[in-house]
Amino acid sequence: MAEQRRPVGRVMAQVAMVMNLDKCIGCHTCSVTCKQAWTNRTGVEYVWFNNVETRPGQGYPRRYEDQETWQGGWRRTRGGRLRLRSGGRLRKLATIFANPRLPSLQDYYEPWTYDYENLMTAPLGDDMPVAEPRSLITGRPTSITWSANWDDDLGGGPDLTASDPVVQRLGDRIKLDFERTFMFYLPRICEHCLNPSCVASCPSGAMYKRAEDGIVLVDQDRCRGWRMCVTGCPYKKVYFNHKTGKAEKCTLCYPRVEVGMPTVCSETCVGRLRYLGVVLYDVDRVGAAAAVPDPRDLYESQLDVLLDPADPEVRRAAARDGIPPHWIEAAVRSPVHQLISRFRVALPLHPEYRTMPMVWYIPPLSPVVDALGETGHDGEDVGNLFGAIDTLRIPVEYLAELFTAGDPEPVTAALRRLAAMRSHMRAVNLGEPPDPGIAESVGFDAEEIQRMYRLLAIAKYDERYVIPTAYGVDDADRGVIEEIGCSLDYDGGPGMSPVNHSAGLGEASGRTTPATVENFHALRVRQSSDRRGDLSGRVNLLNWDGNGRPRGLFPDRGDDSPKERS
Amino acid sequence: MSEGSWLLWGVLPYVVLAVFIGGTVWRYRYDRFGWTTRSSQLYESRLLRIASPVFHFGILVVIVGHVIGLLIPESWTRAAGLSDTAYHVVALGLGLVAGVCTLAGISLLIWRRRTVGPVFSATTRNDKLMYLVLVTAILAGLATTLLSGIGELTGRPQTDYRQTVSVWFRSIWVLRPDVEAMSAAATSFKVHVLTGLALFALFPFTRLVHAFSAPVGYLFRPYIVYRTRDTGTAAARRPVPRGW
Repeated sequence: MAEQRRPVGRVMAQVAMVMNLDKCIGCHTCSVTCKQAWTNRTGVEYVWFNNVETRPGQGYPRRYEDQETWQGGWRRTRGGRLRLRSGGRLRKLATIFANPRLPSLQDYYEPWTYDYENLMTAPLGDDMPVAEPRSLITGRPTSITWSANWDDDLGGGPDLTASDPVVQRLGDRIKLDFERTFMFYLPRICEHCLNPSCVASCPSGAMYKRAEDGIVLVDQDRCRGWRMCVTGCPYKKVYFNHKTGKAEKCTLCYPRVEVGMPTVCSETCVGRLRYLGVVLYDVDRVGAAAAVPDPRDLYESQLDVLLDPADPEVRRAAARDGIPPHWIEAAVRSPVHQLISRFRVALPLHPEYRTMPMVWYIPPLSPVVDALGETGHDGEDVGNLFGAIDTLRIPVEYLAELFTAGDPEPVTAALRRLAAMRSHMRAVNLGEPPDPGIAESVGFDAEEIQRMYRLLAIAKYDERYVIPTAYGVDDADRGVIEEIGCSLDYDGGPGMSPVNHSAGLGEASGRTTPATVENFHALRVRQSSDRRGDLSGRVNLLNWDGNGRPRGLFPDRGDDSPKERS
Repeated sequence: MSEGSWLLWGVLPYVVLAVFIGGTVWRYRYDRFGWTTRSSQLYESRLLRIASPVFHFGILVVIVGHVIGLLIPESWTRAAGLSDTAYHVVALGLGLVAGVCTLAGISLLIWRRRTVGPVFSATTRNDKLMYLVLVTAILAGLATTLLSGIGELTGRPQTDYRQTVSVWFRSIWVLRPDVEAMSAAATSFKVHVLTGLALFALFPFTRLVHAFSAPVGYLFRPYIVYRTRDTGTAAARRPVPRGW
């Protein structure tokens, strides 16, 4: 008898991500390309929408997982309801004039540049001139004491590891076995949670979850800079732009995702460890699932919210709730859905924050394999691996604190599946008949293992990224990104005038004119003016025609400048 | 009644009102992106956590006090059984406490703004002008409170603002400005009213606009906000360009 089925509630779609931590080599390519794409502006110098942390380690911002201090996420009241850990609505409004739990810039790091000009202008002397660091906040000389990945590769080092909140939660147990140290990388972006506490914290209602794809965004026109979202997010993935006075966060590269392209961090990942795809979930179940009493049940309850897109009843409900057919098909083929629900190797990051995060992680088997290898055992023998997973308590318990609120069982199960895949495939590659017992011991058959192997190890582009184009975007437009820089040149918009309308309302007010728009106007002025050098707007290096000395293009010619040689 | 009085108390209020309303509408339509508190808490938190609440709660009480003092005529409070003396004692006492809090708060905030490097370098000329006018208005307001208090104590009371300023203020809204009432007010009140008018004229063009965004709606909305892509993107909001 089939068990009594619950009716499917309101179905929503979510673009989710899975990262295979075994493949992360900590190269920071994702961070750098993300920064180039999104946060290479003043005001967000310290901001990394994507960062890669060495674990064990403090993370970025430092010790962000210590929710006793930062008060991020939700907590369950004794009555079984969810409340923001940092306080309810009235509390938020009462503390609106000074957020008591806002990380300071020092908790991230003070961004800096170098005084490169000194290399050119230093007087002739015996000493090699150096480019000294300058704070990007004050412009003054500074000494660099921390940065976004200051503890890179230092996992296991006693100084930094001791202040890892996860290590502290494990307490003495981890200290006993410090010699058997381990290390792995954890790339992090916004989790685009199903139950986002940043959205719930925003007094202005400027933050929202997009109904079509679940991407969590900040409406820059409605954000008033109350900073509650920074506190609300337990992953500290909402940042305050100190120049514009607005919150900014990872956008899951929505202009790319809308046209069916993977995010910049995924596209540029050299390890090909990221997977993007659609999951369908029952939005009516989210609240109850996030409020289960035991935090260790959160992983299961989160799985339970996700729906099987192959189930005809789910498909009917999805169609009823306006999800287009090509999204439902994408959900069926979704690598994310397979890794999370079918192979059950991907786990959510810190489910105990009760935000239902939607970036999932395949825990790394490498620390276990490495430990085995160091002891002279065969790191790919399934018996050895299974034994090691059970006896190497610390990696498993540490991973469990990260991914399952401390329950080692799902982590062990995921690691055993990865170990079984490793052994099975070694047999296949060596031309030996694979032992069917290996696959069976983790509840798979050989075909299933091969399929998981294909997804995890071969990881073809088209199989890693199954992203349907946004509703209303024709599939023919796949890969065509509207240039964001030109979205201001509507009639009467700021882009239509050659002058930057800052009007003196503060340096961040108005809209900055993109260089492309400046160039467009410069070209038009030049083509229609009678004289040369008639430029009236701002002249930049790209549109300067070599005539005259436009204001601001060169440093002022002071009296102390060297005389021109005659 | 001189022409000067007419200009100051009969014309100027309407000019300021026009600038205030027009400026706010213009700012909201044109510069929603610049409409923010532009908080400096990221740079410095320790002083701000004391000074900012003291200032803001102080000025909220001050605003409530102004609303009561300017809008409620004496006849109403008398009808409610509140004697004029009792009213004045309460008003002056509360006003003094709130005013001193406001002044102390903003003094600490300005000191912080000047001495903490990152905060100072994030200060614009617009901010400096706004601080100047704001502090002048607060100082002038405290002076009126103090002078009224001294007048009460020494038995030589000043002209009661409830018979002069308040009458004039209410007359503005029915478009029949009572210039005589305002002309009869004490000089300290006139100074305070003028700096207040200057502040209102400046208001829409400074970061003070964040006061209009007091997020009261937060108390009544659901925690999780969903929005559809169509209404949410700039592309959808963008007006369709006119043809050639």
